[in-house]
This record gives sequence, structure tokens and C-alpha cells, in this order.
Amino acid sequence: MSTTTQVRPTGGPLLQQFEYGLDAPICLTWELTYACNLECAHCLSSSGRRDPRELTTAQCEAIIDELQRMQVFYVNIGGGEPTIRPDFWHLLEYAVAHQVGVKFSTNGVRITKDRARFLASTDYVDVQVSLDGATAAVNDYVRGPGSFDTALRALRNLRDASFQEAKISVVVTRQNVDQLDEFKALAGEFGATLRLTRLRPSGRGADVWDELHPLPEQQRQLYDWLRAHGEDVLTGDSFFHLSGFGGSLPGLNLCGAGRVVCLIDPIGDVYACPFAIHDNFLAGNVLRDDGFATVWRDSELFAELRSPQTGGACAKCQFFDSCRGGCMAAKFFTGLPLDGPDPECVQGYGESALAAANIRPEAGRNHSKTAATRNEPVMLTLRRREDLQAPPVSACAQSPLAGFTPDTR
Amino acid sequence: MSTEHLGAPFAQRPALGERWGLSPAVALRPESFGALAYHFGNRRLTFLKNPRLASLVQQLSKQPDVGTALAQAQVPNTQWPAYLEALAGLAEGDMIRPLDPDRTDQGVEL
Repeated sequence: MSTTTQVRPTGGPLLQQFEYGLDAPICLTWELTYACNLECAHCLSSSGRRDPRELTTAQCEAIIDELQRMQVFYVNIGGGEPTIRPDFWHLLEYAVAHQVGVKFSTNGVRITKDRARFLASTDYVDVQVSLDGATAAVNDYVRGPGSFDTALRALRNLRDASFQEAKISVVVTRQNVDQLDEFKALAGEFGATLRLTRLRPSGRGADVWDELHPLPEQQRQLYDWLRAHGEDVLTGDSFFHLSGFGGSLPGLNLCGAGRVVCLIDPIGDVYACPFAIHDNFLAGNVLRDDGFATVWRDSELFAELRSPQTGGACAKCQFFDSCRGGCMAAKFFTGLPLDGPDPECVQGYGESALAAANIRPEAGRNHSKTAATRNEPVMLTLRRREDLQAPPVSACAQSPLAGFTPDTR
Repeated sequence: MSTEHLGAPFAQRPALGERWGLSPAVALRPESFGALAYHFGNRRLTFLKNPRLASLVQQLSKQPDVGTALAQAQVPNTQWPAYLEALAGLAEGDMIRPLDPDRTDQGVEL
């Protein structure tokens, strides 16, 4: 590695310091397994099947030791469904004992009453239960049949065990953006905190992006809602593309990929961000490249991401300073240039860029199940054609009044 | 992500004559711009935006009072109000706490 010839400025705004990267990540996501009991239509890691090369317990412990040395204060553990790993609870205790706090995301399948009590008795553990609809109909449409009940059972168990401050983690979609108040009420009911994050066209999300991503007027609706309720709702700082509406949202309005953010995947591959599981964003591997710290410090990809970005066409926009060009992964997986606008650019530049015939990149790693199971969501809804008042008239209908609808006015 | 926190405010503001130190649940990580402070209890992540503030915070508990710590960290007198304001912000997030002035052995390690 030799590309880090950029000289970091001293002083200046913190945002600029972040652009040059930190000595260790502050938002490290670690997907423990690609195995999952669900098959969510928009899974950002295309999870389903366990990878046979999955890191062993000892290898995971070695990573935790390294994170402790690097003073990574907490990790966001996900998957797949991380609690499916038989050593999950052991690794959780191991991390906490080594001053690495754990936030883990789960669909709730293993959060039994016993586990909820265990979690309530453990410090430095945060639990995020994923829920993508405030009603079973909206949630199960993308997460699969029964997944709403599973999540609510987990939340109930956590509440009954007096677990403090569970999070309800919602990916905002076209279908659930009208339910934000209902999500808030649901969080209140379970003594939980609501966390909203942005849908990305990553993993299987690329396949359903066109159908699920919020429409332009819904982006505005979301922005207004966040401005009104932002104080007690977490966002993972993921909606900074909405800052282009004029007023910044709380948090870090910057793409942190490779600078303050990164992902360790179940086989130890290190990617620039959890939404970029693709060869183009692969920085190295903790086993092959002599540990995570080496990859974080010395990867050529990360050096490149930490050098000042030009902003390309966006640099001319008056809102560039607020949105910084938006989300790298969202651009990449919709076939847009990385120095161009975000596909959901609220100033409308994304739509024109998308219209300019882009070729979407091939999918990255795919651990989706190879055959459908009973948990697979079927993104179809049964409806009637609203213009039909009566059964269709067949060709052999003999009644002289067939097909006649009396005018009742 | 990183800057997510929902914490309860801590009422007291540091004064020059008081002895203060890092909360027991806080860890400092040096960075080239200063340091990161993380509170394992309330999950707050705070950025100490210059190296002098970072070393001041680190040295706080080793000095008999805040004023001495400011002088030791070579903070120019004109900047003391700004630094006190920064310390008040840290106190609000329970990053630093008042310490017993008579005891010099209070640990601040995790």
C-alpha cells in the first residue's frame, strides 16, 4: 500500500477529519453468518445459506481481541440471522467481557423468554428487532409469512424481562412510509426506541428496489416527519441524502464508507460498508491479510475512499455541502457513477441520471436459498379491478341484458 | 450509525475550583484530530475536537481542580471560557463527573 500520500489537515471541521478516515472505525458492522431462517425480499446481504467458510469461534474471538486493542467501542452484529450461530451467545459475552459493546440485529426468532432475561441481565448489549411494517400485512409482504408475529413475540419477551431500550429497526419503504406514526406507537407500547433506516438497492434489494423505494413525494413526507420527530428516533444517520431538501438532519451527513464505517462479513472479508458487498468494495480479508487492523489501515481501496472526492457533476449543486452526493452503494447498485447524484436525489438529478440508460452491476456474493421455502415472501397482492362492477360477460351469455349496468343516477 | 445516542442530561457544570475526571464508564481513543470518548452506559459517542482538549480531559482527574488542569494543559487564559463550555457539554453527557477533592487515587479506568 502506498497511496496514502494525502496530508491530513490539522484543525478544521470534524467532517473533514472524517473524510480522511480514523485510526479505527466507529461504526463497524459484523455479519456473523449468511444463514437465515427468513428470506426477506430486500436482504442487503443476499442471505439465506450458511457459507462453509464461515469463521470459527476461535477466529471470531481473535477478531474481538483485535477490536479491543483498536478500541472499537462497539460492533453492530448482523447477518443473516446472527442468533442462528450456535456460538452466538458465547461470542456476545466474549465481546462484552473485552470492552467491545454489542448491538445486534435480529428478526427475533431466538429471543425466547429465557434469552430475553439473559439479555436484560447483560450490560453493554443493544438489541434491534427488524420490522418492516407496522401491520402483519405490510411487514410480511417483504419479510415473509409469520415474520411479524415472530418480531412482536421477541419484543414482548424483551419487555416482559424488563430489557431497557430495545430498538425496533425499520427499513423505510414505499409500502410502510405511511405507517411512521404507527411504528412510533408500537415502539411506545414495547418501551422500545424506533430506528428508521434507508432502503438500499444492495443484495436482493437490487431486485425489488424499483418496487420498494419511496417515491419522490414520499421522500419529502419522510423528511418532514424526521424533522418533526427526529429527536427521539434513531436513523443510523442514513438519510443524509434528504438534507438536499434544505435543512440538515441530526447526525453525520457524510458517506462514512472506509472512513469511519466498514463491514466484516461471515468469512472475514472486509468491505467498505455493509451495503456494498461486492468485489469493487472488497478491501481485504482478516485471515489472509494479517488481521482486521492491517486491512483497515493499509487497504488500497480504503486509502482511495479517504482521499478527497471531487463530487463530479454534484459539485455544482448548491446543496452539495448538505448531502455530499448521497450514498455510494445506492449509486453503484443502480448503475450510477460514484461521483454523480444519488438515485433518490431530492433535487431530481437522480431520475435524469437513471434515465440515461445505465447498466446495473452484476450481483455480488449471493447466499440466497436455492429453492423456495415456506418462509419466502411472495410479493403479490390479490385485488379486484376497480372498474369492474360485475363478473365479466362470457361470449356465450344468452341473456339480452348481459353486460348491461343500469344507470342508477 | 456512529452518532446515535439518546442520553439523559447530567445537571452539574464544572467550575474552576472543582476536581473532575472521566466517568468510570467512559473510554478515550486517541485520534489525530483529538480523541473519541465513548460512554458504555448511555452509549454516547463524543468527539474531542482538538488534541489539547483531549489531553485536558485525560489529565483532569490527576489535577487538584479544573483551573490547575487548564493551566497544566497550557490553555491560554482567553480560551478558558470556551474550554469550560466544552467541559460543561461533556458533563451533560456524563462523560466527566465531579470527583471527591480530597482523594487523589480515584480510578478512572474501566
